[in-house]
Amino acid sequence: MGNAIEIKNVTKTFGKTIANKNVTLNIHEGEILSLLGENGSGKTTLMNMLSGIYFPDSGAIFVGGKQVEIRSPKDAYELGIGMVHQHFKLVDVFNAVENIALGFDTKRFGSFNLKRVKARAEEICKKYGFDLNMDQKVYEMSVSQKQTLEIVKVLYRGADFLILDEPTAVLTPQETEKLFAVIRNMKSDGKSVIIITHKLKEVLEISDRVAILRKGEFVGDIATKDATESSLTEMMMGEKVELNIERSLPVNTMTRIEINNLSVTDREGVKILDNISFKIKSGEILGIAGISGNGQKELLESIAGLQKTKPGSSIKFFAGNEGEQEMQLIGMTPRMIRDAGIHLAFVPEDRLGMGLVGSMGMDGNMMLKTYDSGRSFVTDRKLPRIQAERIRKRLGVVTPSLSTPVSRLSGGNVQKVLVGRELASNPTVLMTAYAVRGLDINTSYTIYKLLNEEKQKGVAVVYVGEELDVLLELCDRIVVLCGGKVSGILDARNTTKEEVGLLMTSYRGEVQEQ
Amino acid sequence: MKEPLIRIVKRDMSPIPHKILVRAIAIILALVVDALFIYFVTGLNPFSVYVVMFNGTFGNQMRILWALRDMVTLLGIGIALAPAFKMKFWNIGAEGQVLIGGLATALVMTYCGNTFSTPVLFILMVASAIIAGGVWGLIPAIFKSKWGTNETLFTLMMNYIAISFTSAATNYMRGQASSLGKLNMGTKAGWMPKVFGQAFNVNIIVVFALMVVMFIYLTYSKHGYEITVVGESENTALYAGINVTKVRIRTMIISGAICGLVGFLLVSGRDQTISTNTAGGNGFTAIIVAWLAKFNPFYMALIAALLTFLSKGAAEIASTYALNDFAADILTGIILFFILGSEFFINYKLIFRHKEVRG
Repeated sequence: MGNAIEIKNVTKTFGKTIANKNVTLNIHEGEILSLLGENGSGKTTLMNMLSGIYFPDSGAIFVGGKQVEIRSPKDAYELGIGMVHQHFKLVDVFNAVENIALGFDTKRFGSFNLKRVKARAEEICKKYGFDLNMDQKVYEMSVSQKQTLEIVKVLYRGADFLILDEPTAVLTPQETEKLFAVIRNMKSDGKSVIIITHKLKEVLEISDRVAILRKGEFVGDIATKDATESSLTEMMMGEKVELNIERSLPVNTMTRIEINNLSVTDREGVKILDNISFKIKSGEILGIAGISGNGQKELLESIAGLQKTKPGSSIKFFAGNEGEQEMQLIGMTPRMIRDAGIHLAFVPEDRLGMGLVGSMGMDGNMMLKTYDSGRSFVTDRKLPRIQAERIRKRLGVVTPSLSTPVSRLSGGNVQKVLVGRELASNPTVLMTAYAVRGLDINTSYTIYKLLNEEKQKGVAVVYVGEELDVLLELCDRIVVLCGGKVSGILDARNTTKEEVGLLMTSYRGEVQEQ
Repeated sequence: MKEPLIRIVKRDMSPIPHKILVRAIAIILALVVDALFIYFVTGLNPFSVYVVMFNGTFGNQMRILWALRDMVTLLGIGIALAPAFKMKFWNIGAEGQVLIGGLATALVMTYCGNTFSTPVLFILMVASAIIAGGVWGLIPAIFKSKWGTNETLFTLMMNYIAISFTSAATNYMRGQASSLGKLNMGTKAGWMPKVFGQAFNVNIIVVFALMVVMFIYLTYSKHGYEITVVGESENTALYAGINVTKVRIRTMIISGAICGLVGFLLVSGRDQTISTNTAGGNGFTAIIVAWLAKFNPFYMALIAALLTFLSKGAAEIASTYALNDFAADILTGIILFFILGSEFFINYKLIFRHKEVRG
């Protein structure tokens, strides 16, 4: 196996941020390489320089022993390098063939002919075992189908090196297995596959070799057969990290929120949530599992008073003991919920578009929900500053100053600001949507710990998550959503990843709470 | 395949000396290019042209005052636009809001001028101007909230309605006369009293006071906080429990009302009459003022001063050298171009192929 691609001393900076520093990395022919690193460690930037999105500040790239300058994705394709980005770049109203034909290079493939494109694409699918309907429109496709299309598109353009950016982030365990199968097929066909990821279990399962980046620098590489989860974590973090979630048994649980027949439709009248019923209890962590876009967002927003619900929906809040001091949350705005004395903390999925104000600093964001307290015409700026300082210290938020706009902070720090504020509000119910998305391992475990502390304090915690391993380790009960319906309510201690994965993709009749 | 000749790299926050340096270089370069234009196209001596241009504003005390008067018109409207723009409500209807405020003032002057005592008359004039402007701002806000109409088009169209109203009203008010002339020429009812020798000095004082008040309102008040949140993201506002419709309507009333007030100042303090040219395009130029100042009232004062200086200079050059107006406008346009262009070098730097850093 020769060094098909060599990256030599490549550096890339954005302003003062050093995304990659003197990275030297070789990619062999016909191998599956995992590029492992924390969020913000420069994995995607490095690969973007191979695929022609960015140009390195210094350093050199060699393909097949020859130095090359990759200035555009087109250059990259000509060198046989293709990348599937985390956010798919497809035209929704086109079908699969039309998307593959997009940007068709007549110099390389001869005159434009959709039929021929289709025939060749189908050939590729057959060869590697892809399952793709060429006439399906993109907007009718599931996430996994879109991903398949992206990969076929790249292969169609003759890529020998495939870069996949976080390919499993949006897939169920079953879909992941399918993806891994075709990746292995590609490998046996002599193609190199580079997988950008931070999921250790998958790294160990699929790759031949692991290359690790930390804070933009290349730390080292290791043959997968010699690696373990903890050795990889140590390389990734630069220190030993305890990967344990201490889950206590729930005590004294009481129903805090009872959801009955909750239905939500979108503007076109399509059902997003369909007659959902379950209970949220104090002193436990309730996990919500499901493929993203299956109603998680609408569910949490309905509870928070941000979502219009269909008639007949009911969300009851119980302030007191089991079933006492009932309040109907349907029809209440967030302000009314707050004024009713309900401490409902909510970490929404869209951090800068909903949870925070990007142009304000930490201090300004602290008072988002309390700015109008008191009778004064002007806002109180002192308290938020103190609170911001406290959160900065407690969660280790890295920011030049408390008044630096939060949109300038890294994703992880933004999330810390948001989670910090919501925890500081002394909640009775705490809802989090993808609370650890984009956070490094250390911070993720800090958040898990904080959630467990809240649970032990008797807070009713709702955790919408995407990593099934974490859901199984952290939660007490798991509600599985599929197509806007509850397809299962499971005891997290007595279930398996496979069972949850299956329920995520198949709805098998009404589920009733015990 | 070769490395690109120039790459554009975003800067992290520029230090203040760097910003000043970039702007100074921009002005010098602008003057050099202008000098070339003057020398080769008009054949005049660039330095004497610059002196004339400078004299357009600073020639004598009266000119300074006139420049100030024109500057506060721009500034006042810019201040009115600031809260709307900060809320990302693109109010380009300032021209009409000013005009309708001025028209209300003029109508009160004409038809109540002899009925009320001076204090009552002024209260009526100010109130009617504020209400008229406020209503002109309120209508697009209601339509946007209820039916999601596009505020840019809506506020723009409202301008034409205001212009037509003014045109119709002045036709009616002038009666048989060939033009409207100064209102209440005999009684001077509703004319702004002179302060330090000039009526328009009141305009200057009022607008500078407004500038401070608006800065405080936007920066420290709860309303200002709400405006920022709504402007940043409506979802965040909903999440925070802010009533977006209420904030939008309230802010547009304020924006329109201040425009109306400026209309009052123009009619009572500057012109003592009304015409479709009373706002004179300032309602549009003020959009540039508000944008360049990033909605900060103090920066707006600087931008308004610069724009006034340039237009006064251009007019002076044109009249002194009997130059075509357009030639003078080219000169000021070049200056503006360089100053705006310098923003690019404050936010970005260029890297040339051989790692030469410039900016």
